[in-house]
Amino acid sequence: MSELDLRRASSVDEALTIMRDEGRTPIAGATDLYVAAQFGTLVPRKLLDIWKLKELRTIGTAADGQTLVIGALSTYTDLMQSAVVQDRLPMLVTAARLVGGVQIQNRGTIGGNIVNGSPAGDTLPVFAAADAVVVLRSLRGERRVPFNEFYAGYRKTVIKPDELLIAVETPSIDGIQAFRKVGTRAAQAISKIAMAAVRDPKRPRIAFGSLAATVVRVPKTEAALASGNSIDEAAAVLEAEINPIDDVRSTAVYRKRVAVNLLRWFWKETAPA
Amino acid sequence: MKFTLNGKATEVNASPAARLLDVLREDCGLTGTKEGCGEGECGACSVLIDGEVVCSCLVPFAQADNAEVLTIEGLNGTHPLQKLFMDEVGAQCGICTPGMIIAAMTLGEKPTLDEVKVALAGNLCRCTGYSAIYRAIMKWRGMPLPDESSSAVTA
Ligand SMILES: Cc1cc2nc3c(=O)[nH]c(=O)nc-3n(C[C@H](O)[C@H](O)[C@H](O)COP(=O)(O)OP(=O)(O)OC[C@H]3O[C@@H](n4cnc5c(N)ncnc54)[C@H](O)[C@@H]3O)c2cc1C
Ligand code: FES
Ligand code: FES
Repeated sequence: MSELDLRRASSVDEALTIMRDEGRTPIAGATDLYVAAQFGTLVPRKLLDIWKLKELRTIGTAADGQTLVIGALSTYTDLMQSAVVQDRLPMLVTAARLVGGVQIQNRGTIGGNIVNGSPAGDTLPVFAAADAVVVLRSLRGERRVPFNEFYAGYRKTVIKPDELLIAVETPSIDGIQAFRKVGTRAAQAISKIAMAAVRDPKRPRIAFGSLAATVVRVPKTEAALASGNSIDEAAAVLEAEINPIDDVRSTAVYRKRVAVNLLRWFWKETAPA
Repeated sequence: MKFTLNGKATEVNASPAARLLDVLREDCGLTGTKEGCGEGECGACSVLIDGEVVCSCLVPFAQADNAEVLTIEGLNGTHPLQKLFMDEVGAQCGICTPGMIIAAMTLGEKPTLDEVKVALAGNLCRCTGYSAIYRAIMKWRGMPLPDESSSAVTA
């Protein structure tokens, strides 16, 4: 790693200036970037350490008292310990608990998970199902991008090289939330498939990770559930709607089967008494 | 860069991008911290930074600036848990042992077996099958072990 050129920023403004002037790539918890560096697949050589920017490590509600605002540098441990996240977005706490081991939970950040953009990123289905909004900032200004428009393709995002992810905003959510991850074992496993779901009586929302090149919502299946179709009918819609990938972690056939089973599990678990 | 290493103020002139693991082993000569995988999977390189357990193979040295770092050497070979790892045969080849013991330092006073398993979920051992490790830790904390058969790892 010593061949890497790393400099530190002491404020968000300084970071944005350095990113504009020197074209440096931000590095947060390094749990993706340093693995890539070890593998020899890390392309950027000029890095900007943003780990200590406390301004980005806050969790709270916006002025409306409703919107949950999670700073980009919040770690999985921060999420698990946050009362407001436990209260408003419990599916994110479940997802955080299932990431890596404690060492990774202490360093891995949501900003890194989102911008790294692996379709196996475990917070991605949560933010997709939550209709979250990503706050991006550069010296040119700040913009808000709906999370479901943030990915342009496999590991491609709409973030510009001079932009920092500042925070993720989640509107308040009606209905029971759930997160399930299927991997090879309980700890430290990359998802073969993950699902985040919200049983909003009016607008049920289902998102899958590791199913396609990016995290996906399943609007047809959601519509079937919303219109009161039986779970069998909704499961059939889901089967027709998704077209999973085949890769080293699992096959398309397996993923389709598991996706349907996860949907059935969710609907049964959250059925009104 | 300055940091506190095992309680001693330390200054090292290394690249800010260097892995903390390499700084500890090469620049500070503390080879107790092991490299298993170099990619965050095994936990052999675990150290505490300001009381939090991290994989030192994934920490840029710059991020340890002004921090307090604890490595296995900081326990001086005299920590009761180190002795218990020997008594209970919680160490075989020993590569995972420093990381296991460091990760165990973050446990509360009265951990349950489940809490021990969660705290050590990021630490892999190829040799012991984990039971002896959990036994050593539970004895250290004076906690009764649930029946032996259920202490096998299920993760
Ligand atoms: C052993 C191990 C287990 C893991 N297990 C899981 C798992 O179970 N589930 C899972 O989802 N992930 C897992 N990961 C992957 C990783 O830990 C997560 O993706 C983590 O959230 C990345 O965050 P980071 O801060 O470490 O990112 P970094 O490595 O610092 O950065 C990742 C990318 O994001 C960019 N970036 C970071 N922050 C910002 C920002 N604020 N603005 C703009 N760009 C930014 C960086 O430039 C880089 O491209 C695992 C990793 C390891 C090593
Ligand atoms: S060597 Fe760091 S986790 Fe394996
Ligand atoms: S004793 Fe050999 S890896 Fe644990």
